[in-house]
Amino acid sequence: METLLDKARAWVGKAANAPTTARDPVNLPMIRRWCEAMGDTNPIYTDEAAAKAAGHPGIVAPPAMLDVWTMAPYRPGGRTAEQGFEVLNLFDEAGYGGVVATNVTQEYGRYLRLGDLVTMSTLVSDVSDEKKTGLGTGHFVTLAYEFTNQDGEFLGRETFRVLKFKPNIPDTKPQSDTKEKSDGTPEFPHPRPAITHDNAFYWEGLNQRKLLFQSCEGRLRHPPGPMDPVSGSLDFEIVEASGRGTIHSFVVMHQPRLPGFEYPLPVVLVELEEGVRIVANMIDAKPEDVEIGRAVMADFVEVEPDYVLPAFRFA
Amino acid sequence: MTITDIQAGQSLPELAVPITASAIVAGAIATDDFEDVHHDKAAAQGKGVPDIFMNILTTNGFVQRYVSDWCGSAARIAAVDIKLGAPNFVGDTMTFTGEVAQVEGSRVAVKVRGRNRIGDHVVATVNLDFGSAQ
Repeated sequence: METLLDKARAWVGKAANAPTTARDPVNLPMIRRWCEAMGDTNPIYTDEAAAKAAGHPGIVAPPAMLDVWTMAPYRPGGRTAEQGFEVLNLFDEAGYGGVVATNVTQEYGRYLRLGDLVTMSTLVSDVSDEKKTGLGTGHFVTLAYEFTNQDGEFLGRETFRVLKFKPNIPDTKPQSDTKEKSDGTPEFPHPRPAITHDNAFYWEGLNQRKLLFQSCEGRLRHPPGPMDPVSGSLDFEIVEASGRGTIHSFVVMHQPRLPGFEYPLPVVLVELEEGVRIVANMIDAKPEDVEIGRAVMADFVEVEPDYVLPAFRFA
Repeated sequence: MTITDIQAGQSLPELAVPITASAIVAGAIATDDFEDVHHDKAAAQGKGVPDIFMNILTTNGFVQRYVSDWCGSAARIAAVDIKLGAPNFVGDTMTFTGEVAQVEGSRVAVKVRGRNRIGDHVVATVNLDFGSAQ
């Protein structure tokens, strides 16, 4: 059977797509705008006399603009499929939807001059084995570009390496469609959390019926965040809480009544025995029985398949 | 500056680049890069990142401007090798440092590092040629 890697590697050495010719020749307005954006005050890019004094035949473009001239035009809604690369689309179709550029090299033949009309040709130069990275499992794909002008003169070349990966973040599934109950009243979906790099571990833990917290030098913290507030460290360990704690504070929600919850709803701030506090709903508890200091135990509520929320019940 | 002023180990003056939304968008448009994550915050958040972030072509532009500020127009930029790391999000500052790694004839290799508060945004080598400009 032909694997994804076989299909992708069949592209190596071949043109990744049709050559692209710039819509406009190298020109002063685009150079000027680029210099302003970068804060580049080198006069050879905008001043004829300065360029000649530096040995150039006239105004030259900043070398870093080599791949600017052939960029795709703005299009509302993003690029068309034809503007992409089929070798990368293969990975998208196989679930490697993430993309991040990791390396760029450029080598310049000569400085581009006003009037050069740039054509870019692209080869697929390498597809790596599957690699495990911090972002997810994926493949590095290297593209090699060559730039020439209207006379076929070599202007420069570039390599561009991207990682196509399956993100480590679990997919945030779209909310289920609004359904109608038998009596005709609409049934709204339960609100969902925004899952990010920082808190994905927490939600994954809940799916496994575990209450997980970040710990840095023994300090636990919640809600999840990128940095330890004391040391400023971005490193952390993940520790599992016992689930035992006491009610530190609480409110009983009466209004507004959001669909998907039972009212009156006791919402508790629980101090866990590990010293970290967490907000969650009480379950199987009469509002009048909820009081500060009372012992509680964590439990888990499966709102929908693969969507689990923490909750507390009296210990 | 001429080649005789340069020795291996020499440091470049630091440059702090404030990463504002304006800087990111100005760079994206100046490099004709209309990917929505470089100008549209809502679209960026829809893709799981907190805000818009700098595109690679702008990073390359800043790296070369940083070296060019130091070496002047007598040197020609011959090649660049860029390794990308932590994204440049709105509200950050990228601080460039640089050091001459090698001098060989008229060729000079400069190592450049652009750090933001997450870590290294870019680590690059810029190769300069102090021979005659074309």
